[in-house]
Amino acid sequence: MEGFERDETFLHRAFGPEIFRAEGGRSKDVIPGEFTYHRPASVAEAVAILASHGDEARPLSGGHSLIPMMKLRMAAPEHLVDLGGIADLKGIDEDGGTITIRAMTTQHELIASDLLAGKLPIIRETSLLIADPQIRYVGTLGGNVANGDPGNDMPALMQCLNATYVLTGPDGERDVAARDFYEAAYFTALAPEEILTAVKIPVPPAGHGFAYEKLKRKVGDYATAAAAVVLTKSGGTVATCSIALTNVADTPLFAADASDIVAGSTLDDDTIKLAVAAAEAITEPASDGRGPAEYRTKMAGIMVRRALARASERANG
Amino acid sequence: MSEIEQVPVSMTVNGKKVQRFVEPRTLLIHFLREELNLTGPHIGCETSHCGACTVEVDGMSVKSCTLFAVQANGAELTTIEGMANADGTLSALQEGFRQMHGLQCGFCTPGMILRAHTLLKETPNPTEEEIRMGISGNLCRCTGYQNIVKAIQYAAAKLNGTDFQEAAE
Repeated sequence: MEGFERDETFLHRAFGPEIFRAEGGRSKDVIPGEFTYHRPASVAEAVAILASHGDEARPLSGGHSLIPMMKLRMAAPEHLVDLGGIADLKGIDEDGGTITIRAMTTQHELIASDLLAGKLPIIRETSLLIADPQIRYVGTLGGNVANGDPGNDMPALMQCLNATYVLTGPDGERDVAARDFYEAAYFTALAPEEILTAVKIPVPPAGHGFAYEKLKRKVGDYATAAAAVVLTKSGGTVATCSIALTNVADTPLFAADASDIVAGSTLDDDTIKLAVAAAEAITEPASDGRGPAEYRTKMAGIMVRRALARASERANG
Repeated sequence: MSEIEQVPVSMTVNGKKVQRFVEPRTLLIHFLREELNLTGPHIGCETSHCGACTVEVDGMSVKSCTLFAVQANGAELTTIEGMANADGTLSALQEGFRQMHGLQCGFCTPGMILRAHTLLKETPNPTEEEIRMGISGNLCRCTGYQNIVKAIQYAAAKLNGTDFQEAAE
């Protein structure tokens, strides 16, 4: 989804530098394997194709994670099910305090949405930190959250917002909380014959404070560490607080203890220190090109500290 | 694996309708360069980093190395070959890159110009910051970007009918 940097790190770690070395003067990572292309017009049709081919089929949304993996032959699906022709998978709407974003909504569309800018501005803030403009035209929310790449930014944000994913399979729809969806890197609650069709987000109260703080080496990079914070205040005290972390473990992390420490406080220095320590305690980052594990844990703490400060400034009450 | 059937793909490229049969795994950049002989879009990193392969697909800037040609079926595309004015004179962006020395080796230029083309359609009066963030998915190893930013400012001014004021350095 977000360019290729994270996959590169992952592949480098798993297979060593040979994976990227040119062969006979031509780079190996060029041409994907053969596949049969499907372009269904409905979710039901897409699910039926997935169900009939099992592990040999993969859904294609924006493709900016899957296609690079296919070029490297790290993924070689025999059947590719392009979700791009399914009109029902597009759009953002609000109904009774819940905003539903359909899976094929692109990052570019998230950024341009007036509804989100008014009700869930943290989505725009986060989207603008993902990859680069070209990739945001194509990359989708559904692909970003469903792929299970711990480097992606949206999963932790969805955990912070306590979003629910709608998974559609042969037996109909089921809801899974974003906080329960991620099992390990690239392993999620999504079954091979299911498609993540929508994300449902409870709208935070008007006047809530929010911030997504992301430390990265350059535009387009995955996070060295990032933190999402949403909080509400009442009479100078934090009423509710939700914190989640990106790319400092095999999965996104909802920082429940840190969130609880902040809720009910005045965000005094001692509280912030305790919350930062609680957030750092749940991280398990890899040592990689973004730095050693200890550094990335500390950066996660700093991102939490900055996000709390900015969210607090922005909150009314 | 059984033999994969070729599939029909049709699109409008630089105003011209084209139709071909392709393997589904054909990437858009290879389709453009090898099937249509449009070698303006360049193959740089092939990993969606460098932006040299950027073309416009249905009003969006897209890295054509990371899209299958079949995904662009039915779309309208613009490549650098379609950027000049109808009478063959340079478009505002091309003129800007020439006047402001927005290129040295020229490898990134087709992608830069196509990205800037879409950027100026969406943001006709971009700030310098908006230009820099707008081309953040395009790498240039020669210019240091300064003259590319000026080239885009030049083009924006020309398209808006205003005078281009070169900022003091």
